[in-house]
Amino acid sequence: MMTVSYSWLMALSAAIFTIGVAGVLIRRNIFVMFMSIELMLNAVNLAFVTMARRMGSMDGQVIVFFVMTVAAAEAAVGLAIIISIFRNRETVNADELKLMRW
Amino acid sequence: MTTVHFPALGLILLFPALGFLFNLFYGARWGRRWVNVVGPGVIFAAFAVVFVSFIRLLTLPAGSVLTVTLWRWIQAGPFHANFTLQMDALSALMTLIVTGVGALIHVYSVGYMAHDDDFARFFAYLNLFELSMLILVLADNLVLMFMGWEGVGLCSYLLISFWYTNPAFAYAGRKAFVANRVGDAGFLLGMFTIVATLGSHGSWTLNFGGIQSHLALFTTQTATIATLLLLVGATGKSAQIPLYVWLPDAMAGPTPVSALIHAATMVTAGVYMIARLHFLFALAPTTMELVATIGAVTAIYAGSIALVQPDIKKVLAYSTISQLGYMFLGVGVGAFTAGVFHLMTHAFFKALLFLCAGSVMHSLDGEQDMFKMGGLRSKIPITYATMLIATLAISALPPFAGFFSKDQILESVYNSGHHGLWILGIITAAMTSFYMFRLIFLTFYGESRVEEAKAHHIHESPSVMTTPLIILAVLSIIGGWIGLPEHVLWGNKLSAFLAPSVGEFTPIMHGSALMLTAVSLSLALLGIIAAWYFYLVAPGMPYLIAYQLKAGYNLLLNKYYVDELYNLIITRPLFWLSTLVLGRVIDAFIIDGIVDGAGLMVETGGQLSRRIETGNVQQYAFVYVLGVLAIVAYYLYLVTH
Amino acid sequence: MPVGVFIFLGVVAIISSLGVVLQRSPIHCLLALIMTLVSIGALFLALDAVTVGFLQIIVYVGAIMVLFLFVIWLLNLQADEAPTGGLGLKFFATIAVAAMAAELFIFFSKTRGAMEAANVAPGYGSIDSLAQSLFGQYLMAFESTSILLLVAVIGAVAIARRTIPQRERGPTKGTPTR
Repeated sequence: MMTVSYSWLMALSAAIFTIGVAGVLIRRNIFVMFMSIELMLNAVNLAFVTMARRMGSMDGQVIVFFVMTVAAAEAAVGLAIIISIFRNRETVNADELKLMRW
Repeated sequence: MTTVHFPALGLILLFPALGFLFNLFYGARWGRRWVNVVGPGVIFAAFAVVFVSFIRLLTLPAGSVLTVTLWRWIQAGPFHANFTLQMDALSALMTLIVTGVGALIHVYSVGYMAHDDDFARFFAYLNLFELSMLILVLADNLVLMFMGWEGVGLCSYLLISFWYTNPAFAYAGRKAFVANRVGDAGFLLGMFTIVATLGSHGSWTLNFGGIQSHLALFTTQTATIATLLLLVGATGKSAQIPLYVWLPDAMAGPTPVSALIHAATMVTAGVYMIARLHFLFALAPTTMELVATIGAVTAIYAGSIALVQPDIKKVLAYSTISQLGYMFLGVGVGAFTAGVFHLMTHAFFKALLFLCAGSVMHSLDGEQDMFKMGGLRSKIPITYATMLIATLAISALPPFAGFFSKDQILESVYNSGHHGLWILGIITAAMTSFYMFRLIFLTFYGESRVEEAKAHHIHESPSVMTTPLIILAVLSIIGGWIGLPEHVLWGNKLSAFLAPSVGEFTPIMHGSALMLTAVSLSLALLGIIAAWYFYLVAPGMPYLIAYQLKAGYNLLLNKYYVDELYNLIITRPLFWLSTLVLGRVIDAFIIDGIVDGAGLMVETGGQLSRRIETGNVQQYAFVYVLGVLAIVAYYLYLVTH
Repeated sequence: MPVGVFIFLGVVAIISSLGVVLQRSPIHCLLALIMTLVSIGALFLALDAVTVGFLQIIVYVGAIMVLFLFVIWLLNLQADEAPTGGLGLKFFATIAVAAMAAELFIFFSKTRGAMEAANVAPGYGSIDSLAQSLFGQYLMAFESTSILLLVAVIGAVAIARRTIPQRERGPTKGTPTR
């Protein structure tokens, strides 16, 4: 059987990324939007690891390491903000959180 | 022609400039004692430098020029107009007059403005005026001269409307400025014509020397156009027909202003300009005829109005217009030295007349109506004596100054063949002596008609005011002696001195000098006798004649209704045009519309674009995705092709 | 890696990510996300990135997802109701996403060559080599990231804490003085 071509892995990454984008654009619930963002980040991580493996260097994995760290920090702060919003507005519906409009 | 580099010329401008700045910024704070010294002092300093320069010029061969370039001003490709001062014979004479008579008038103003709180501003403006006038007469090119021209116009406006809280005075200043402006437009167009004519042949210059050396590039037509336009400017500045209307109203300013600006210096700028450009005017005989005609007609016209005016300053104002007409007449027939000679003597006696009038008004607490004066002879003797001397000078009686200059003009007019203008000239001479002695008799002789309240404290002016009067009186006596007729004592020294600058007069015929002099002299005496008769012997006569010839009298009293005429055909239509057309339509509608429209466009644009900010995060993300789509599509395109 | 492993993990990843996006209740979305993360972690392991793979499980699933879970429980969220406004946007968004997917697929399908498996050095992906890169070439980034984490902690605490109610102010305090 043939071995896996890296382009398949890249395609998988692209697919997951696209699904994540769809989630961000379509869902109203802020949590789900957030999770979709995490999805996108992971898709990109997959792409990085794939290409690192292809090129035989560790740089891609270092990037993934940092992405994970930053994603953790971002998740923490983001969730804190969501909690704060929920305290004031009692809703996590993105359609109703339109303060910065004209 | 020798040109000598003489840097001291710059000091002539520096002193009045410093005086102006000091009086403007520190005068009010440092007080009267400082201003009274600095104001006149800087002019005396300038006079000293002028005198030294004059002596230096005398040591040089005839036709020499002292010059200094203070800085490079305009450099526009081949055209250069630098801030260069030049002093030749004509400029030397003019600067001597401007600084000499100017210094005396500054001293007089110390006394005149002693009770006015705004003295610092007054001296600042006076110094600024001196600066501008000196720039005008010392300029070596038309552009710099125009700068001085405008400067004196500005100072005239500032000083006429000095007591600006009175609306009538403010309007008088505005009228002077606007009338001058019309003249300035002509001057500018004349300058443009000259530089265009010279430039089309490759030599772009407005230096007087440059114009003179390239005279061959002017056709009679171009010279006539240029000089006609320049003449418009001269009639505005020198108060000739048709732009004289501002000068009588300018009497609203303080009397020293009338003396300095509207008698001795600024109004002579037109005559100076024509004398300075004599070579150009010589190419345009039509313009010269027009100059002479305007001069003669204005002289007799203004003289006729002066016959019946009750206000002492108005009489002097119309007399100034009339005498300026003489100067125009002189230069118009080609007798430039005679015209300039009369300019000099007129500066002496007219400044003296105005200062004496100011002294009379000062003693009478501001009274200007001669029919409320009378019998002042014994009460203000110095003023009376000096004013009498000035009147004798202006009536052209020998040996006073005016005799020699006016006689020279009339003789030149006759010898140039303009006999009609000569007749106008001698009639005006008769009028001149009549109305001037009318002034003397009404003011100083006869029963006192002064109001009770003012009659009590009639007093002679302080010596700071009478000393300049005495000095000017002496000049009015001896001032003419530098221009004696040929073969009399030392002859016409002034003519010899000025000839290299302004050219010689070429007579067509040689009428008997003696006969001509006898005619004008007898007419002058006739005028004096008539005035004596009308105002001393039979004081009721004028009223009788005025009553009999009521229409004529009213016509003269109301200055031929020219002001009303101008108001009707020029001022009102312009006001209508500017308020209704320009104001409502163009300004309010079009220009405001454009400005408001620009703002409206921005506002509308903002209104439309703000709708992008919905606050909906998903929408923003959507736009991102669209961007990503575009980029990826682009790369796809690159990859596949 | 063997093809079968890849296909299995890939299918699981796709289905669970679809689940993240399409489920109603946030808890179900969270669970689907956990499954996606685990499958991606397994893919990392299959790609010889051992350290990163384990880190994915430990950090991402073990910490971040648990954080998510706690917040959802804290806010006591229920399942979403019927969709509210903005349907037009969602329609266009769907189209855009589909276009993007198509584009990306075309893109990656064109890059056929030179994508075959390659051999890697022994010790590739081990914690040893990762540490050597982190503390060697990328030390600056490492240290900055630690500061970033500190800042994030402080920020999260500051944002999410309940503010103390203002003490009652007297009538004169806060009014502009003449």
